[in-house]
Amino acid sequence: MSTATTPARAAAARAKKTEPEAAAGAAVLKALWARPAARKLLILAAAAAVLVPVAAATHGSGTWPSAFTVDLTKPLTGASDWIIDNRDSHWAFLYFFGHVSGAIIGAVHAVYTVLLALGWAGVTATAALLAWRVAGARVAVVALASFAACGLLGMWVPTMRTLALMIVAVAVSVAVGALLGLAAGLSDRTFRALRPVLDTMQALPAFAYLLPVVLVFGIGVAPAVLATVVYAAPPMARLTALGLRSTDQGVMEAVESLGATGRQRLLTARLPLARRELLLGVNQTIMMALSMAVIASVIGADGLGDRVYQALSTVDVGSALAAGIPIVLLAIVLDRTTAGAASPRSSRTTARTRRATAWAAGVAVVAAAALTAGAKPWPDTWTVAIAAPVNTAKDWMVDHLYTGIPGIGGTADLAAHYTAWVLDPLRDGLQALPWWGALLLVAALAWLIGTWRTALTAVLSLAAIGVLGRWELSMDTLSQVVAAVAVTLVLGFAIAVPAARSPRVERLLRPVLDVFQTMPQFVYLIPVVALFGIGRAPAAAAAVVYALPAVVRIASEGLRRVNPGAMESARSLGATSGQQLRQVQFPLARPQLLLAVNQAVVLVLSVVIIGGLVGGGALGYEVVFGLAQGDLATGLTAGVAIACLGLMLDRVTQPTKGARDGA
Amino acid sequence: MARKTMMAASALCVLAAAATATGCGAADMTKQASPYADAAGTKTVTLSVQSWVGARANTAVAKYLLEHELGYRVDTVQVDEVPAWDALSQGRVDAIMEDWGHPEQEKRYVEDKKTIAPGGDLGVTGHIGWWVPKYFADAHPDVLDWRNLNKYASQLRGPESGGKGQLLDGSPSYVTNDKALVANLGLDYKVVFAGSEAAQITQLQQSAKEKKPFLTYWYEPQWLFNEVPMVEVKLPEYTQECADKGTKDPSTVNCAYPTTPLKKFLNADFTRKGGKAARFLKNFAWSKKDQNAVAQMIAEDKLSADEAAKRWVKENPDVWKKWLP
Repeated sequence: MSTATTPARAAAARAKKTEPEAAAGAAVLKALWARPAARKLLILAAAAAVLVPVAAATHGSGTWPSAFTVDLTKPLTGASDWIIDNRDSHWAFLYFFGHVSGAIIGAVHAVYTVLLALGWAGVTATAALLAWRVAGARVAVVALASFAACGLLGMWVPTMRTLALMIVAVAVSVAVGALLGLAAGLSDRTFRALRPVLDTMQALPAFAYLLPVVLVFGIGVAPAVLATVVYAAPPMARLTALGLRSTDQGVMEAVESLGATGRQRLLTARLPLARRELLLGVNQTIMMALSMAVIASVIGADGLGDRVYQALSTVDVGSALAAGIPIVLLAIVLDRTTAGAASPRSSRTTARTRRATAWAAGVAVVAAAALTAGAKPWPDTWTVAIAAPVNTAKDWMVDHLYTGIPGIGGTADLAAHYTAWVLDPLRDGLQALPWWGALLLVAALAWLIGTWRTALTAVLSLAAIGVLGRWELSMDTLSQVVAAVAVTLVLGFAIAVPAARSPRVERLLRPVLDVFQTMPQFVYLIPVVALFGIGRAPAAAAAVVYALPAVVRIASEGLRRVNPGAMESARSLGATSGQQLRQVQFPLARPQLLLAVNQAVVLVLSVVIIGGLVGGGALGYEVVFGLAQGDLATGLTAGVAIACLGLMLDRVTQPTKGARDGA
Repeated sequence: MARKTMMAASALCVLAAAATATGCGAADMTKQASPYADAAGTKTVTLSVQSWVGARANTAVAKYLLEHELGYRVDTVQVDEVPAWDALSQGRVDAIMEDWGHPEQEKRYVEDKKTIAPGGDLGVTGHIGWWVPKYFADAHPDVLDWRNLNKYASQLRGPESGGKGQLLDGSPSYVTNDKALVANLGLDYKVVFAGSEAAQITQLQQSAKEKKPFLTYWYEPQWLFNEVPMVEVKLPEYTQECADKGTKDPSTVNCAYPTTPLKKFLNADFTRKGGKAARFLKNFAWSKKDQNAVAQMIAEDKLSADEAAKRWVKENPDVWKKWLP
């Protein structure tokens, strides 16, 4: 409700401003005070007037004052040494972490053995059967084709490994997420306590999680699964809580009046009613887990991610793509299947016996398939090598785009200009900003579109970066994020407008967006290096490509949902197409557009960090360095700084927080 | 509803399976192998592949011979150098085929904890240094002495070097003293990390295509020399005194990199119980020429590692026959 009134009020205020301006002096101030945004700024300005001179006088106006930093190198290095020395003897490792790790390895091993025993035919048949029963015949065909494609690409064994890891990781994430969500859905206090934690976990780039788990569990599958769970459980928890909390009050009262106990109410009314959210949660969890599966290859997760990672070290885009495509296909199959389960279908009424027959027939098919084909991985002769043609295509593209396009130069010049004219001034500007100025700026931005609480979180996060002694590096990363977000938004909105207006454009775009969104970020890195050289420019390019689909999707959705009545009346008033867009569609779709900004920021940050692998430098490089050298002090501090940066950026761009607080 | 109970049941199954798998006593994480090992009843050897192609060549040939001559199944996992030591000590991988010298880890795992055993020399000698492309060195022969590097700083600028000359470094995982060297030799350069070797190679190839000058951290043996000929810049001579000083405080290094005989390392348990595979890996030793031949096929001709190994094995039976136990 409130989302619709705010832009309307803003529009009204704008209209008033065009009237002859007669107000003067005190009246202006009063009018300003009446507008919440101006009021917040006035308060902030007053606070700044008191605090800034003190801060500037005692600690200068340069970068973060060294008096406020804490050097954690010694304790962290000590902790790291202690862990390595005691990993095979201390009870905490033997009786706790050891069992956790053992359980994960055992579970993955069990799943993997089953998958191998089913053989390629059995796995493909099972996947198709599940998809058919859960989401219908069309999805079943997609599943069948996708698994066949994984085999054809010569990626059968890695695909099975990734699948085994995914099944375990998703099962654990769903269990953990559902439990947390259950607690938060049933108790208000838990909900309030848990929400900021979940918000934070979702805003963090996955790269920041890796080092601490590696330290405790070493390299391998166990830490990979755990890092994935940390990354993938929050959406499940959040959606479970949401589903339970939004149960229809009327239904609840009816159930209560029937004398149901608390447990009965939960099991027979609240959980079934929240089914849609629960399944959506599972869907989200699977998507997050898949994207993490690749990043986790840096810590030895094996499977498809490892193939992508190995291809990168030989600059082999073709092989990286051959391993990336199965990930996209897995994502599409799993997404369609779980999404199909979430949407209500008429077949729910199917008789129980008929359903049982169908299952039995399916199982028979699977068994037959497994037996006839034998429990073998995909036959070697049935593969198609796509690496070579893809590499030829890439080389051709690079040869023709790198330099010498008449008029605009080439991608190399573009990168040089972007670095010299956009990134450098922005970075220098941010680094030259007095530390109290940066804090003030963040406070103002966060408070303007959020509440004082979000503003406080944002300011504290930024301050924490300073305390950790990563101020300069974070400003460098921040400048890369800001610039890339700007590019993403310009491009994204430019694509979203036609997509929102024409269903045909939208239909054409959809598969492209799907692919770009699920393609592992690593696959982007090498072609962008070939096109843009090394440095911050390729990192930005990869970030833009990765964040663009989400922005296009959310923005076009928002624009399309603008009330047709409003559009109609604008048209009848003779507004041109551009006027409609600027004065009706954009203002009315404001909440969605702001959400697109928020998503762009979070996604861009996650890739800018990975950009450390292609010379992006700054915080990303420190994390890469920490992982590569087993240097906990460097890696963990940078990881925490990234987390703080992510939190700050999220809060600065999250307008709906305030509205949700009220709800 | 039915699905939910099924989900719960499957979760329980997983937990139960895990519990029976690990038992309830102490569980030593450092003895837990990869879940993919030994699946489907085959003997599995897990090799660590480092990110550079020379190391991939070693692994590719070892893998091919283990699989086709000795009947093992071989898994390869890409791990950075230092974490690979860690993984090796825990038995997550069985062998590192090429190590460029990690004294700290060697002391910790080989001497103190005895979880890693030396696996002998690889037969290849490695050398790290600073290199410029041959076309640039031909035009300006005096660039090959470090004392003259400052003269060329302005020609070697890059977008990320902030007005100074650019010294291109690769992956953060590699052994490097470059930051200390630049500072201690008073050079007007900035070390720019490409972040990964892939990115560095792409950049070097791109520069070579346009005959642009560059100064890069690089190492021998490396297949890229065949494609982009480079000449080494002479740094102050490597001395034992300088090396000792550097071990104590890495920021004081002011001399060239040493020439290192590359070594293999095996997991200590694996050397005892690994049977033929362990003996084979210990015997594995070849020349720089052999390694480069395979590396070139992988990286430049874009053959799959398996295919490259197959071709090399076919042509050089006299080299590898000696390795078989």
